[in-house]
Amino acid sequence: MTRETEAMTESLSVSVWRGGAVGAFREYSVPRRASQTVLDVVTHIQRRIDPTLAYRFACRVGMCGSCAMTVNGVARWTCRTHVARVAPHGRLEIAPLANLPVIRDLVCDLDVFFEKWQRARGRFEPSAPASTDFARIAPDSGERRAAEAGIECIGCAVCYASCDVVAWNPAYLGPAALNRAWTLMNDARDAAHGARLRAVAGDAGCHACHTQLSCTERCPKGISPTAGIAGLKRMSVRALIRGAL
Amino acid sequence: MSDWRARNHPAWWAFLVHRLSGLLLAAFLPLHFWALAQALRGAERLDGFLRWTEQPVVKLAEVGLVLLLAAHLTGGLRLLMLEFLAWREWQKGLLAAAAGTSLAAALVFALNVV
Repeated sequence: MTRETEAMTESLSVSVWRGGAVGAFREYSVPRRASQTVLDVVTHIQRRIDPTLAYRFACRVGMCGSCAMTVNGVARWTCRTHVARVAPHGRLEIAPLANLPVIRDLVCDLDVFFEKWQRARGRFEPSAPASTDFARIAPDSGERRAAEAGIECIGCAVCYASCDVVAWNPAYLGPAALNRAWTLMNDARDAAHGARLRAVAGDAGCHACHTQLSCTERCPKGISPTAGIAGLKRMSVRALIRGAL
Repeated sequence: MSDWRARNHPAWWAFLVHRLSGLLLAAFLPLHFWALAQALRGAERLDGFLRWTEQPVVKLAEVGLVLLLAAHLTGGLRLLMLEFLAWREWQKGLLAAAAGTSLAAALVFALNVV
């Protein structure tokens, strides 16, 4: 028997969260397949076993950030998480992301998450009209490198769901919003540096971070929001000393 | 979030050690001041207390106290370095250095005590 056919004959025991804030895990048996992802498992349940299961996905290739769930207790992007890596004993527990209101089953309401991007002034505010020439940014400048390190965020909320400080302080802006603010603070074309620093330097901003590094540990894109948050801490302390905060 | 599986990584354990060592040291402080205050009540009382501290179990507790102090100090330095120096990929190295220094400090103290 080849390894592949052997894998095909096994089955996975899968516990899936059903309900909203109040609910329970329900057990499913899903055939094991080669190169199977956690999203494949959820899709199998929804299409072959129970069509009432609610979950969210779009691109299936790690770009859109919509399929994040809690897999065996850890927040992950499910489309690029192989079953073989997270369920060595053939058991999966799939739940909605933590720290967000559950709409139904595996679907969370991300309104609060993105509202916090707004509160962190996570929007580019141009300093020059669009009609002017391209701004010339040296690719190897310190600011550009700092922005580059955080720019690939896909907004999956894995960091937000992994952060204890978000759970303890519901007003905390969270790793993703602060990472976004950090990339903009390093954008020479942006005109809102002062206002953004004030927005992220408050009680619910960068200084609330306890540097537990869970966001950095879990980010599927390999970004370190902690690095950006530490940068904002340094920036705001410097501004405070200068009397500019 | 309340799942231990999500927290099982070195930096979170470092956070827990820092928080617990801080709480235990804060809880120890009143005892420390009480012990010093014995001197105000006369040399006899202080000497009596100091003789009591010669017991092996108290000496063992002192090693624990040194470990807590070292862990809290090195953990705090680790955080200051992470947050206030330019960011680099040295989180796990800093953590190992802090843990190693703390254990070494406790060991040196324990060897001096024995």
